[in-house]
Amino acid sequence: MKFLPLLWAGLWRKRTRTIFTLLSIVVAFVLFGMLQGVNAVFSNALNAAAVDRLSVVSRISFTEPLPFSYLAQIESLPGVAAVAYQSWFGTYYQDPKNFVFSFPVDPVRFFPLYPELQLPKDELAALVRTRTGAVVGRELARKYGWKIGDRVPLHSVIWTQANGRSDWQFDIVGIYDAPNDPNQGISFFFNHSYFDEARSFSKGTVGWYVVKVKDPAQAMQVAAAIDRRFANSPDETKSQSEKEFTQAFIKQAADISFIVSSILGAVFFTLLFLTGNTMMQSVRERVPELAVLKTLGFTDFAVVVLVLCEALVLCLAGALIGLAIAAGIFPALKRVIGEASLSWSILGLGSAVAVLLALVTGLPPAWRTTRLNIVDALADR
Amino acid sequence: MNMLRQIRAVTWMNLRSIPQRFGTSSVIVVGIAGVVAVLISVLAMATGFTHTLLATGRDDRAIVLRGGSDSELASTLSREATLTIIDAPGIRKDAAGKAIASAEPVVIVEMPKKSNASGANVTIRGVGAEGVALRPEIQLVAGRMFRRGVRELIVGRGAEAQFKGLDVGSHIALRGSDWTIVGAFESNGDSHESELFADAETVLSAYRRNLYQSVVARLDSKDSFDAFKAALTTNPQLSVAVLRERDYYVHQSQRMGKVLAFVAYFVGGIMAVGALFGALNTMYSAVSVRSREIATLRAIGFGASAVVLSVLIEAILLAVMGALIGAGLAWLFFNGNVVSTLGSNFTQVVFRLAVSPSLVALGILWACAIGLIGGLFPAIRAARLPVATALRAV
Repeated sequence: MKFLPLLWAGLWRKRTRTIFTLLSIVVAFVLFGMLQGVNAVFSNALNAAAVDRLSVVSRISFTEPLPFSYLAQIESLPGVAAVAYQSWFGTYYQDPKNFVFSFPVDPVRFFPLYPELQLPKDELAALVRTRTGAVVGRELARKYGWKIGDRVPLHSVIWTQANGRSDWQFDIVGIYDAPNDPNQGISFFFNHSYFDEARSFSKGTVGWYVVKVKDPAQAMQVAAAIDRRFANSPDETKSQSEKEFTQAFIKQAADISFIVSSILGAVFFTLLFLTGNTMMQSVRERVPELAVLKTLGFTDFAVVVLVLCEALVLCLAGALIGLAIAAGIFPALKRVIGEASLSWSILGLGSAVAVLLALVTGLPPAWRTTRLNIVDALADR
Repeated sequence: MNMLRQIRAVTWMNLRSIPQRFGTSSVIVVGIAGVVAVLISVLAMATGFTHTLLATGRDDRAIVLRGGSDSELASTLSREATLTIIDAPGIRKDAAGKAIASAEPVVIVEMPKKSNASGANVTIRGVGAEGVALRPEIQLVAGRMFRRGVRELIVGRGAEAQFKGLDVGSHIALRGSDWTIVGAFESNGDSHESELFADAETVLSAYRRNLYQSVVARLDSKDSFDAFKAALTTNPQLSVAVLRERDYYVHQSQRMGKVLAFVAYFVGGIMAVGALFGALNTMYSAVSVRSREIATLRAIGFGASAVVLSVLIEAILLAVMGALIGAGLAWLFFNGNVVSTLGSNFTQVVFRLAVSPSLVALGILWACAIGLIGGLFPAIRAARLPVATALRAV
């Protein structure tokens, strides 16, 4: 403890240099925090996928519809607890920029399969009763100021009604909550029966099925049984756990974690150089002072610890400030990357990286001090 | 003249001392190399993607979709509608008097990617009899053309390279029917190279469909577009969107292009701020190490501006060196790399990363800006150095 002032004095010996180095570290960790936060949004999507649910899509591609008749056939297979279905409706509200993730579902089948979406019982009953009814996520309702009782037109880029119109009218009868993952609170669900009756083509099909299995341990066998059931038919299926499905979906766009780690690699390599340089320089300039310390009886070990602690304070302070700034920027980027936040695990990882950085950059100069010849060092030779 | 000579002398002196300050100088170089490498790589992706889509569209072709849909995947056109569209005025006729236009179903098949074995969507485009005359840029490079009425496909070079099982001679199963890939084509590196082509009617029958996704037509000339569009949009029987092919593909590339540009400038911008601090560090220490030399120069009559400019020149030279290294790394690792991502049809677009001279120039521009700001404050400090004190400093 009594060496704290010494540590402090060492750090502030060259004020500008320390400040600029600190700021570079801060910047690097702002980037680290943000990229990890974005990464976490995608892995959250994966974690939201339940282990006891399977996605059944067309083997040709998930954009191909499946016949409605598969519902009863999947239901009758052993190991299947419940089946629901969804379709991709592809809509925007008023302006093409306002994309709305909307899905026609059978509410009685759908909501029990998704306990993470909390919809009050009477609102579910209202949805079943109202042909043109719809329930929306809390987040979506807030975004457009929708309330229960509102009549909302959505424009579908895919589906036309029998009269050729692409505008569909809905009556909002409920608002659901998704407390575990705010990014699930942006969907719009309505009655499949209304959709199927009114659409002008592809009647009698659904986009994909969601199957709840009785025993999660048997999920793979059930998936295989479903695919076997429809093998060699015109509509072969591909059944995967929800997690595999989401993973594959994200991978179609880009390998996010690869991009994130490449950029962070470049950033930290650069940073290593910078901080290492600062530490080297500061030790080199202080050789006579360190010799004085050793003359006074400081052991090699104590001097090494002193130098390392300096690096540690610099890196950790930079990391914490950087991560705090990243956490502050997230709300501003909500529109671009969705609801992201800085979790404790990212904070822990960031601190670990900072400690590692301090060790890597502090060790070589610290090591040099152990080989100081006191007499030469005092004479600054 | 005297001033120029002074600047040259001081700059030369500074530059010659760089090897002695190798460690600190490399901070500028490495820092800026990192910024420029990231900036250029991500922008090379954006450029490659946009370029591929833009190359697909021509001014003398038009694409017709169902009104209200923004991509082929979302569009549906009935057979009657496509016949009316192909009859419209403004479409170029071939020697036999047939309109050069093609009503096209677009379907999707999932194929495993070579890079990570996970499935990704590939477009199969059914083309009409005029589908090839319509696109003179399509050149068969292996095998032969598919035959009409037979379950045969030709594959674009990009798709063949990115996905497993799309080589000439291989078979793929679509809706329980067996298809053979009989040829491979190139198409100026445009987005059709990410697709498979087959006979439109055969695709429709295999997928049990009777709806097309789009009609693509070769126009008499660029200028006949307005007449063509007017004829279709005023027809009460049709509800269609008529676009110049180029405009359609510009629109398709915008979203992804914007996202990539945002990533490039946002991440690159944050990194640039970090590199700026590194540059300030380097130049402040460069000035402080040399304060005696600078004071000596001032004492024998060198002007303050000569000192300022020499420090700036040194910073910018180091920065440009960093930019060149960064651009070189980006070029070495990424130029010509073939990657694919999801286009707006929910299918993969294969494209080539392009580290173009203009991107390198942009990188150098960024580097100069960082070098300039990073050198300015230390330069001012150098010029303000009290001569007498600095001379006495040991």
